[in-house]
Amino acid sequence: MTSIRALTAAAVGTGLLLVTACGSSSNPTSNAPAGNGGSSAPTDTIVVGSANFQENVVLANIYAGALKAKGVKVSTKLNIGSRETYIPAVKDGSIDLIPEYSGVLLQYFDKSATAVSATDVFAALQKATPQPLTVLTQSAAEDKDAIVVKKETADKYSLKSIADLAAVADKLTLGAPPEFQTRTDGIPGLEKTYNVKFKTFKKLDAGGPLTENALKNGQIDAGDIFTTDPLIDKNGWVVLEDPKNLYTAQNVLPLINSGKASDTVKNALNAVSAKLTTDDLVKLNEQVSLEKQNAETVAQKWLSDAGLA
Amino acid sequence: MIDYYRQNSDQINGWLGWHARLSALPLLFGLLIALPLGWLARRYRWLYPPVVTVAGLLYTIPSLALFILLPGLLKTRILDPTNVVVALTVYTVALLVRVVADALGSVSEDVLQAATAMGYRRLGRLLKVELPIAVPVIAAGLRVAAVSNVSLVSVAALIGVPELGQLFTNGFQLSYQTPILLGILLSVLLALAFDSVIQLVARVLTPWRRAVPR
Amino acid sequence: MIAEIWNWLSDSAHWHGPDGVPIHLREHLQYSLIALLIAAAIALPLGLLIGHTGRGSFVVVAIANSFRALPTVGLLTFFVILIAPHIHSTGTATYLIPSEIVLVLLAIPSMLTNTYAGISAVDPAVRDAARGMGMRGSQTLWQVELPNALPLIFSGIRSSFLQVIATATITAYVSLGGLGRYLIDGLAQQDYPQMASGAVLVAVLALLIDVLLAAVQRYAVSRGITGRYSRKRIVDPAEQQAMIAAAPLT
Repeated sequence: MTSIRALTAAAVGTGLLLVTACGSSSNPTSNAPAGNGGSSAPTDTIVVGSANFQENVVLANIYAGALKAKGVKVSTKLNIGSRETYIPAVKDGSIDLIPEYSGVLLQYFDKSATAVSATDVFAALQKATPQPLTVLTQSAAEDKDAIVVKKETADKYSLKSIADLAAVADKLTLGAPPEFQTRTDGIPGLEKTYNVKFKTFKKLDAGGPLTENALKNGQIDAGDIFTTDPLIDKNGWVVLEDPKNLYTAQNVLPLINSGKASDTVKNALNAVSAKLTTDDLVKLNEQVSLEKQNAETVAQKWLSDAGLA
Repeated sequence: MIDYYRQNSDQINGWLGWHARLSALPLLFGLLIALPLGWLARRYRWLYPPVVTVAGLLYTIPSLALFILLPGLLKTRILDPTNVVVALTVYTVALLVRVVADALGSVSEDVLQAATAMGYRRLGRLLKVELPIAVPVIAAGLRVAAVSNVSLVSVAALIGVPELGQLFTNGFQLSYQTPILLGILLSVLLALAFDSVIQLVARVLTPWRRAVPR
Repeated sequence: MIAEIWNWLSDSAHWHGPDGVPIHLREHLQYSLIALLIAAAIALPLGLLIGHTGRGSFVVVAIANSFRALPTVGLLTFFVILIAPHIHSTGTATYLIPSEIVLVLLAIPSMLTNTYAGISAVDPAVRDAARGMGMRGSQTLWQVELPNALPLIFSGIRSSFLQVIATATITAYVSLGGLGRYLIDGLAQQDYPQMASGAVLVAVLALLIDVLLAAVQRYAVSRGITGRYSRKRIVDPAEQQAMIAAAPLT
């Protein structure tokens, strides 16, 4: 008979677990925007989110640190995922603030956007950003796609800009993330803007270790690598110029829920944007990805060097 | 590795929590579904072959494929953890249905007759005699399901679901061993924890096995 | 959703060229078979030996239990980071070698445990009878124990194969080909029909292979033995164990 009691207890326990578990699965981390669900933090706290790559995580830590230094209550929710996941999260108040890049964000809000220069993109972005979201002043720091080749390749074919590839690309292999095949500034863009058609296209990752290794080993001749990647300098690779602005400006800026953008918050974030440069991004990335330092530590160091915390 | 954990403990604990939930929920759901199904397959013999076959076929579907197909069927978002819970529930049911049916079937005829003679009706006999006797075998199946669930959850990191698998994808992007090893370690520890809990519960539910020295 | 998948699959453009289904299917089978053969060359002799001698069975238990708990994605990323930088190849070897290692590691446990369990579960009376008929150790193994263990060995091979097919899907994450490409590329390109079609293809491939191997198994196993298995019975503990051992897929 004890086994019956134990079974009943187990059944009841299971039921309770299920109830609590179901309750908690409407947690904000579940990506479905949970309406106005009870997920938002206390109103005076700013929840800083980040996408799931290191540079964005460091930037989120910088924003969080700068706000904390001005006495704002901050919590973080990092490594959320891709834009398709975290923009709904900013809209429904699961997070309030996230570091963004002007060009891709504009594309996200307005698929037909054509602006390419930093000022045009920012102006268009301010108009395209839907309520309750808003973007604050952009920084000079920029992280964008670039076509990168080895020094030997550049010398051999005397390559300086993407346009120089037109004559030789039919002998070369390009490595890039899978979406490069369909993205307007990917393979279609290279063809349309520069008349560059590569012999083969190898699907790798978004400027990650696959692309870097493949370029190093000669599996590919040209790779899509981000301009702030510290490995470009380390390996002496050549970033091909983009005279026709195939790759739109990608300045770092804060995307924030306007309800949370008090003057104190705005001032703290604008101060960060005023100081942040592309070189800073390269150095921050170097500390995180090559020296394996902790993102929060790296962010704190930048803030204190910049006199912001 | 300890330093890495300390520096990122909030994040990692969050992933660990999600990982535990994403692997535990399917175990509970799976067991709740497999018990009646397995009983039916035992009670109505003609059901047994189709149930076991379908279960076996479901089991052959690779998890990444199932994680991706479910959003289309359930109308969920691709990154919704619900997909992972449902997919793993399917696997758990597929594994347990046959275990439950066979475990109930392994109760010897003598025991059943004795129980009937003692005045148990069908439901009472099932709950008070057959199920308790079947507990050790069901628990063995559950242990396997638990351990493989913990391992399968990390596959979902490839499509961006937050759990310990993020340590693998992040470590990979940075060419950094430490987070990967930490992820493997935590994942194995989590599997061990589930395994111990199930064994413990099974022991509590079968006191007679301790009474008789084996 | 079904219409989307149907449209994708019936578009002839998806059946040609370097991204066509035939090429990725061939890659998928190629990766899987290489791994399965290497794993079989290791696991089957080892299982036979341990089952026959009864020595070293703790190795089987340890391998089966610990491998099952290891997360596949973790192993894959670990081996790629560990090995890939040391292979300077302009081909796919850089990522193929570490991926094959992972596939082999995952294919071993099912075959090893089932072979071992199959041999050691042979009725001692049968073994005694063989000895009584004057058979020597190796004769008993090949003529009595192995045929009796075949059903279990086969189901071990089946689950290893399925495990490998499933895991070969995720090697697309480290830039290899195979049907997993459609899943990874579709995700990156926000192309759900491509992902879903790839998922269907992988699932169908796994099902077909399972059915095929089941047929081979029926054909290859002595009727005297399958007869024993088809009778109404209480659960055979060895089979129960084997069934449970067949569990983890990726």
